[in-house]
Order: sequence, then structure tokens, then C-alpha cells
Amino acid sequence: MTSTAAVLDNTANTASEIPAPDGSVTVTVKIQRFNPEVDSEPHWESYDVPALPTDRVLNLLINIKGYVDGTLSFRRSCAHGICGSDAMQINGMNRLACKVLVKDLLAKKGKPTTITVAPIKGLPVMKDLYVDMEPFFEAFRAVKPFLISYGNEPSRERIQSPADRERFDDTTKCILCACCTTSCPVYWADGSYFGPAAIVNAHRFIFDSRDEGAEERLDILNDTEGVWRCRTTFNCTDACPRGIQVTKAIQEVKRALLFKRV
Amino acid sequence: MQFHKYDVLIVGAGGAGMRAAIEAGQRARTAVLTKLYPTRSHTGAAQGGMCAALANVEEDNWEWHTFDTVKGGDYLTDQDAAEIMAKEAIDAVLDLERMGLPFNRTEDGTIDQRRFGGHTRDHGKAAVRRACYAADRTGHMILQTLYQNCVKHGIEFFNEFYVLDIVLSDTEDGQVATGAIAYELATGEIHVFQAKSIVFATGGFGKVFKTTSNAHTLTGDGMGIYYRKGLPLEDMEFYQFHPTGLAGLGILLTEGARGEGAILRNKDGERFMERYAPTIKDLAPRDIVARSMVLEVLEGRGAGPDADYVYLDCTHLGAEVLESKLPDITEFARTYLGIDPVTEPVPVYPTAHYAMGGIPTTVRGEALRDNDAVIPGLYAAGEVACVSVHGSNRLGTNSLLDINVFGKRAGIAAAEYANSVGHVELPDEPAAMVQGMVETLRSAEGGERVVEIRTELQRTMDINAAVYRTEDTLKQALHDVQALKERYGRVAVMDKGKRYNTDLLEAVELGFLLDLAECLVNAALARKESRGGHAREDYPDRDDTNFMRHSMSYKVLPGGSTGPDPDAPLGLTGFLSDIRLDYKPVVFTRYEPMERKY
Repeated sequence: MTSTAAVLDNTANTASEIPAPDGSVTVTVKIQRFNPEVDSEPHWESYDVPALPTDRVLNLLINIKGYVDGTLSFRRSCAHGICGSDAMQINGMNRLACKVLVKDLLAKKGKPTTITVAPIKGLPVMKDLYVDMEPFFEAFRAVKPFLISYGNEPSRERIQSPADRERFDDTTKCILCACCTTSCPVYWADGSYFGPAAIVNAHRFIFDSRDEGAEERLDILNDTEGVWRCRTTFNCTDACPRGIQVTKAIQEVKRALLFKRV
Repeated sequence: MQFHKYDVLIVGAGGAGMRAAIEAGQRARTAVLTKLYPTRSHTGAAQGGMCAALANVEEDNWEWHTFDTVKGGDYLTDQDAAEIMAKEAIDAVLDLERMGLPFNRTEDGTIDQRRFGGHTRDHGKAAVRRACYAADRTGHMILQTLYQNCVKHGIEFFNEFYVLDIVLSDTEDGQVATGAIAYELATGEIHVFQAKSIVFATGGFGKVFKTTSNAHTLTGDGMGIYYRKGLPLEDMEFYQFHPTGLAGLGILLTEGARGEGAILRNKDGERFMERYAPTIKDLAPRDIVARSMVLEVLEGRGAGPDADYVYLDCTHLGAEVLESKLPDITEFARTYLGIDPVTEPVPVYPTAHYAMGGIPTTVRGEALRDNDAVIPGLYAAGEVACVSVHGSNRLGTNSLLDINVFGKRAGIAAAEYANSVGHVELPDEPAAMVQGMVETLRSAEGGERVVEIRTELQRTMDINAAVYRTEDTLKQALHDVQALKERYGRVAVMDKGKRYNTDLLEAVELGFLLDLAECLVNAALARKESRGGHAREDYPDRDDTNFMRHSMSYKVLPGGSTGPDPDAPLGLTGFLSDIRLDYKPVVFTRYEPMERKY
């Protein structure tokens, strides 16, 4: 069994396996690995791989998996920051692996570059970079993330002014990648906190002029596990790959609760 | 092995699957099986809009939309289906608005509309504002809204379950669909799902190409499963290349950019589309724009150090329009190319985008086993299906429309059918093929790697079967694909474990890609004409006499069996089998084929 402290060095059989295009440099990718079928706890492994400055970190992971170690496991789909599959810690920060380019991680002149990759924190690690997303989606579902309306449905579209539409534009960008929620120290300490992403999605409806469910949603968020747990550390805003002002959204929900109006 | 029983199964949780699930889930006991989490599906990557003749901002009607769809498809479109889609488009948009979709609004507060390629006023007179949109994340908002409504209706999801086979049972009245076999990613366990009806909504297979806007997960599993049962795939030669992929990367930049006024320019700064489509210029349909771009490059007017791309010029739109109406593509250009569209033109080149072909269906979403007969209980909708509303070339926005209109229709039809029949018994050992395939792959010790075969497949398809094709390039592609299929028989996976074994599943997916690439190339070789998305340099004209018909590709199964043999190498008997090509007539209603000019 490998201990957490040990770094397994796979450099001997890496560089020669992955095709190295013109202009590539060698970087070391240090990945937190965990296979529940053989490991009792996570450990680190390092891989020296060729990388172009324009490569996404995701490309490096795909190459390691394809040419060096097929057991390396991680989620990915669209590869351009829209599907939210590949949230992970890259050099300690929550990022989508498909939105971080190697050129932004290269060490200063001449020095070797090491990129560390680990699973997002606060959710159970299932294998390598795979975490259990269920608790995250459970919190999302708990805030009633859908338009609530009463009375007869209009025969045409509901009318909404561009200004009213703009009111919640920012929070409609959420892709549920969990970067924000798993960057939140409160969420790490206590998984029963809804977390930023769920509040962002509540905000998206609370501030939608067509929605009539603000009160029931605010009741849910007024709970001890709700918005009041937020300590305004701004980790979430920094982590959001969609540039959503997450902390601001949470503050707006808090204000709505305090002043009982949207 | 676990066993489950439902009325309706939906396979796939993109737009079509979830739209179907919302309908089926309110009528019958429904489960959605998806190899991803629902919000990861590639519907979310669609950007520009969804067309419907709401006439909110200028005169429009569904008949014009129907005509544009038929003409856009170079008259291979089934006109009855196109008319249904254009008519039901209006309710499809209003349904989404009522579900909560945050469309951009006009000053009056109604849904705003923008221009899009090939969508015109009064049969081609000028571009019309028909696309309803939410900035440049319309697909994202559709996917989120549909998932939100699935949550609202308590739809049951099996996330990260890979469906690898459908189950058909023989009855006195012929074959009926009775279930699906799924592989659970987390555990490696095989699950048998019995159902009265099954809706396939598994999306496309863009990963046969290297340069593509498609996600890694778009490996054509649904089409592959269908094809391996000896069932036909329609119009596989018609594959759409979206004109504006980020050069070298293939990441999509919406046609909505041109809808907002962006212009394509060659290295001399010339607005070259004026030469190819004098009336609607940059808003010509995608096949025409993609070919024009390739010609500019081939004729030496490409830009960049290797003269291998053209420019999408958005600089005159201004920062405000880019930030408010096209924020995502602005960010893509900045992130991936380090180019700011506000001040610089963006390098673009066609990228593999959309399969017009797929599982043939009726307008109710019923899957066809030949030109006419349905397989009771089996449905398909979205990119995996071929109704055919897109003919030989899909118009921009009509895919988001397709998934909503035909997803809804398939969901309703599947539930109504399920409520009218009892469960039919499953055949003996329904999971034997999947078990055989998975175990063979897991224990295989051959010397071939998935990544190498996949890379070579994508390379030959990009070079030989993309925007322009000839007899020679297609023969080369067919030769390469068949050689790769042979090598696939010796593929080995490195991960021998059960938990989250994506190494194993990538090998399975590669098998589907190889089958579908072969279908594409084979049908393209046989179609000795140029029509819509299929451009043959050696047959540059459309040939209505011989080819005004849909192709139907059937896998020739050994000894008339109904599926792969679990005892064969990799559980894929006849993996190297022949394809039988047949043809199906096009449905005409209102429009006589005309020369296609814009």
C-alpha cells in the first residue's frame, strides 16, 4: 500500500510514449490518485509529459490516460468550459481542466514546471478525480430550482422587460460544475450547508420577475443550513469558471431575507 | 446483475431525452438512463438560438420556415416532417418560456429574435429575424430549463449508466422492443431494464472527426447499437461542418455572431461570401459557407502563417453587443486563442458539427426497421434520429427545435404506447452480448491502444471525408477505417478494474465510432452527386434523377442473426461485416425541387 506522503515517479516510461509535437515542452503533472479497489487512501503520482503552451490541462490528462496509465479516471465531456464535468483542483485552485492552458502555468524561465491536480474538496472521492456528485445535486434540488407560478398559464409568452430579464442574468450562467461549492470553507467543514451553487440557482428564480415561489424558496434558505452560513470569503466567486458574481448573489439573497422583498 | 422494470425508458439526457422524459414521466412510470449527468449533455453547448415564426419583431410565418428548411436541406428533407416542425416550433418556444427559460427580450417584453443562416422572409427575399435566443447560451438555457423541469416533475434518473444494447423480443406479431442493457460506471455492474417502450436520445457521433465542435462523449452509441442489430441508419453520408470553429481547435463560434452582423473575410480583408451568396451573404446555409471558406483557403486566400483559415470579423459590432449578446464566444476566443474579438478578427475554419442522418423514424418518433415498418415500442429523437427534417443539410437553430418538437412527440407516443400494452417477456439471457463484450475487452491482452486507433480514425476522416470528397479520398478513408477495425480486434485496455472504468468504456465507444465512420464513408462513396452537406468534387452537381432519395445502411449480419455473437472476438461477430445499402423515397408535399441559390 502506498502512503500519502510517497510520490510514485512514472517519469521513466512517460515521455517516450506520448507523441511530442513541435514546440512542446516537458512538464511534470502530479496527480492525486486513489483506486478504491487497491488503495486504502490517496497518494500522489507524477508524470513527465510533453505539452504545448496552448494545451489545456485536460489534454495532458487525456494523454496520460491514453498512453501511460489507462486507469487514470476523470470526468470530461465538452472540453470547452460549458458542460461542467471536469472541475478539479489545479495548483490548489478549483478550475475546469478544459479552461486552464499550460502557458498560464509554466514556471519562470528555465525552471521546471509542475502542475498539481487533485479532486475537488468536500465531496467523497470515488476514484482518482471522480467525486460523488450526489450531495451537490441534492442541495441543488432542495432549493426548488424551477419556475413556480400560480393561476392560469398565459396563451403567449409572459412579458418580461429587458431590465427585469437582466436582473438575474448572471446567475443563469451556472453550469453546476461545483467549483464554487467545493471551494467554500464552510462547505468543507459542514456538508449540510447548501453551498454557493444551490444559492446561485435559488437566486436565478427569486429574482426572476415571472416567478412566484420566492417566499417558499427564501424559507428554505433562511434555514440554519441556508444562506446565513456564508462567511463571505469570496472563494466561490474566484472559483467560478463562468465568471458569476457568486458572493454578490448570496448577499442579494440575504438582503431579500432581511428586508422581505426582492 | 440487477433487474429493473419500467413502462418507459429514455436513453440519453440531452434536450431530446429530457423533453421526452417530461412528457412520458407525467403519463407513465419512466426512467432516464444517461452516461453523463444530465446537465453535462452537449445540448448545453448550442449557442445561437431556436427558430420559430413568432413574428415578434418582423413579419414571418411557419410556411416560410418550412420552405427554408426544405430548401436548406437541398430538397432531401421530408416535407411533411418539416411542416410539422415549423408549425409546432411556435408552441415549442412558448412551452420553454412557460417552463422558465430566460429568453432575451424585446423592448416590449416579448421574446426577442435574431437572424440566422438560411432563414429568410418570403422564400428567400432577405434574412429574417426568426431565432429566439438567450444570449449565446440558448442550448445551455434549454438544457438547464429541461433539467429543472425534470426535477420539478420528479423524473427518475440513472446517471452515469451506459446503455450498450437494446433488447428485442420475438412475438407472434414480430419483433418488439422490450428493454435495454446498461453498464453502471461506478460499479461495473450490468443492469437489465425491462420496459414497454424505449426512446433513444443519445445524440451524435462527431468524434469520428478530429476537428469537431462535439464533446468527447459524442461517440454515436445509440446509432451503433441500432446498427449492430441489423437495423438501418438513414442518410449517414450527410454530415454537417459548421463554418465557424475556432481555427485548429474546432470550438464552436455561433452563427448568431453573423446573425448579429459579423462578417467572414479572407486574408485580403474581402467579404468573400458576397461572391458565393449575393443575396444573404454571410447568412447563407452552413454547407455553402463551409465550402466557400474551404475554397478561399484552397485558392490561396487563406489567412495566417499557413494560410489555412479565414477571419470572422466582429470588430464593428462593438464591445457592448459582444458582451451582452455574444459573451461566451467572446470569452472562448480570448481563452483559447488569446484573441479579443472586440478589437481583432478571429481565425475560424469549418468544424465537424452535426449528423443529419441517424435512426430513421416516423413523425411520431417511431423507429423504422425498413422503409415503412416500425419496431413496436422503439422510438428515437434528436440528433440520433433522422425524421428527416434536415435533409442533406440542417439549418442553424433547427436542431434545438428538432429536439423540442420531436422529443416531445416521442415522449408522448412512447408513453401512450406503453399505456396500451403489457410488458412482453424478455428473451433468455438478455445481457449475454454485453457481458461478453465487457468481459472480453477487460481481459484482452492484444497490443493495440484505443487512443492510437481513435487518433488515426479521426485523422483519416478529417483528411478524406470532410467538407469536400472524391472517389479517391473516400476509398482511402474506407480502406483506413476497415484496417482500423481489424486492429480494433486486438485492442487492449489497461484498466482491468470495475470502478469507474472509463478506459474500458472508451474502447466500447471506439467500436461504435468505427462502425459509424464506415457507414458514413460507404454511403458517401455510393452517392455520386453533390447535395447539401455532401460535396463530391468529382460529381459537383445535384442529380435528382438518381439520388433524390434517402440512403439506408444495413449491417449484413452473419446467418441472419439478430445481433452480435457473444462468443466472437470482442463479442462483436461480423464487426468486419459488409454494409447493404438501400434507398428510401423523399416525401414531397408543397415544394418542387429547384436550383438552390441564395
